[in-house]
Amino acid sequence: MVDATISGETNSTGGQTIRPDEAEHFGALAQDWWDPKGSSAMLHRLNPVRLAFVREAIDAHWQGDPRGARPLAGRSAIDVGCGAGLLCEPLARLGAAVTGVDAAPENVAAAASHARGAGLDIRYVAGDIAALDLGTFDLVTSMEVIEHVADKRAFLAALAERLAPGGLMILSTPNRTARSRMVLVGAAEAVGAIPRGTHHWEDFVTPDELRGLLAEAGLAMGEPRGIAFSPGKGLHLSDDLALNYLVTARRA
Amino acid sequence: MALGRRKDYRNEKAMDDTRDLLILGGGLVGMTLALAAARQGLSSHVVDRADPAELTAEGFDGRASAISTASWNLFRNIGLAPALEPHGCPIEAIAVTDQLRPGRIDFRPEAHEGSLGRMFANRTLRLALFEAATQEPLIAWHSRAEVVARDRGEHAVSARLADGRTLRAALMVGAEGRMSPTREAAGLAIANWRYGHRAIIAGLEHADPHRGVAWEIFYPAGPFALLPMRSGDPAHRSALVWTVDEKDAAGTLKLSDRAFRAEVEKRMGGVLGGVRAVGPRSSFPLGFHHTARITAHRLALAGDSAHGIHPIAGQGLNLGLRDVGALVEVLAEGARLGLEPGDAQMLARYERWRGLDSFMVALATDGLTRLFGVPGRTASLVRRAGMAGVQRLPALKHWFMDEARGVSGDVPELMRG
Repeated sequence: MVDATISGETNSTGGQTIRPDEAEHFGALAQDWWDPKGSSAMLHRLNPVRLAFVREAIDAHWQGDPRGARPLAGRSAIDVGCGAGLLCEPLARLGAAVTGVDAAPENVAAAASHARGAGLDIRYVAGDIAALDLGTFDLVTSMEVIEHVADKRAFLAALAERLAPGGLMILSTPNRTARSRMVLVGAAEAVGAIPRGTHHWEDFVTPDELRGLLAEAGLAMGEPRGIAFSPGKGLHLSDDLALNYLVTARRA
Repeated sequence: MALGRRKDYRNEKAMDDTRDLLILGGGLVGMTLALAAARQGLSSHVVDRADPAELTAEGFDGRASAISTASWNLFRNIGLAPALEPHGCPIEAIAVTDQLRPGRIDFRPEAHEGSLGRMFANRTLRLALFEAATQEPLIAWHSRAEVVARDRGEHAVSARLADGRTLRAALMVGAEGRMSPTREAAGLAIANWRYGHRAIIAGLEHADPHRGVAWEIFYPAGPFALLPMRSGDPAHRSALVWTVDEKDAAGTLKLSDRAFRAEVEKRMGGVLGGVRAVGPRSSFPLGFHHTARITAHRLALAGDSAHGIHPIAGQGLNLGLRDVGALVEVLAEGARLGLEPGDAQMLARYERWRGLDSFMVALATDGLTRLFGVPGRTASLVRRAGMAGVQRLPALKHWFMDEARGVSGDVPELMRG
């Protein structure tokens, strides 16, 4: 077993929620981010699963028709830590006016170029969500980001500030369990399923910790759902929270 | 239950007539795909070389398909049932014998189990599909059109036609049948077995009513099948699928009507009375082919482009229609999640779903053909023992019947009752 956990700077540096080394790590991956077989293959496989959660949450929150084609029509959405736009593009197709924010300018450039090619109108901004004044949004998403930020409290406060009244927030993150250490950090990085140095296990948050952190930011967390893997079903939504989980949050 | 129809879904790029799907091949599978996709709000270009007027010309040529219960559900869910219903002939039972010797498997479902499927002339299916397609605004049908170049780019696919037009979409579908040039162009390798046999197809009029029984009579050269068709008054009709050795095929096709009738009657052993008339004959080589991969970048194969099987069990079109059901379900679910039709993850889901299933059916059918294709007395005894075994084993019999109906395995939502 390879122990690939590396401790990073975890202290808050003023309003800055991004660790510079993290932004650099992901920026270097931007090039082949849209290649379904490239270094982000795992994210691509994860995408339909987390989109299923997003769709369900959207329909529940705004009482939409689960078969409707554009459930986010007339709504604004921001994806924080958008990478090359894997989530922004589906949100735009579902009808939202989408803003994507990422700390790495390379990601934002890759995202903007891909959206242009796909004929989608998405606003991409490089920078730190805490330092940018972007207004508020009906839907605020941040997938697989909180485990990478230096100051989780400051980050969640910044996300909460972006949430419009009556809005919906959706987060996903790995759980901090013995299994996630073994699978996500150890095995997956060792076999190359996830690029090495992606995860620092001790920065992972458990669902209970996340509930507490969200409460401090004035948000009430919904029931978490897990993402599990089985050979038959592949990656799928599950009640097993041990590896990775998704939550909704709204103003308390 | 069918997926709800989403009338308001339009691809962002529909303005310049870039569509969701570019379906190459507008036969039974390609056109059913276009219609089923349209019912889910997905737009398509359908390109076919053939002239639809020729394909739907009058006359009973014996080209027919057994439509399984699952395939019928698909037709019903896309609104074709009213047009098709009066023309179908329910298969009440399948009788399997070895050269008409004693020992026979009867597949006859219990009353509550429903029929084993329905027989339709392919012409009837085409007429209903073409009629529905012309009334569907989400389908742009380009018939008598030759594709001269295909391109699959990062964000879109396109096909250039011989007349200079270029058609664009998010996903290309190869549905041209067993010789699919789209599959060839994509370099997707096929595994191919040739049986060295041809199937001779003709429509028969016979003296006695068929009572909805499909006969599969096995001879050393292969199966001799009589499939019950909706009869015109007063004629009783069945479609003949007669497997002959490749070397005998040309001669058999050249026989006079009278001599051909005599040969057919001899093999029928009087099961349907005398043969009164024979329609035009046609033939095609029998083989089994299967592609390990049925998707590539922005490409999906459907129907015989992906897999072809011996028509012994009447499953060829049903397999293709299952591809349609699965692909449309995957695409509709992708659209619901905001994913575009060319999304690699959704294509991977289609491939996982269909790859194994079609291979299992193909293997089972291939095995059946080999079992019955061995000449000699001993082999015949083994076959009869095998048939007696199947006759006595309810579980195995039900598996066969479920396969014939197409209701085993993971059935697409569009194909459920």
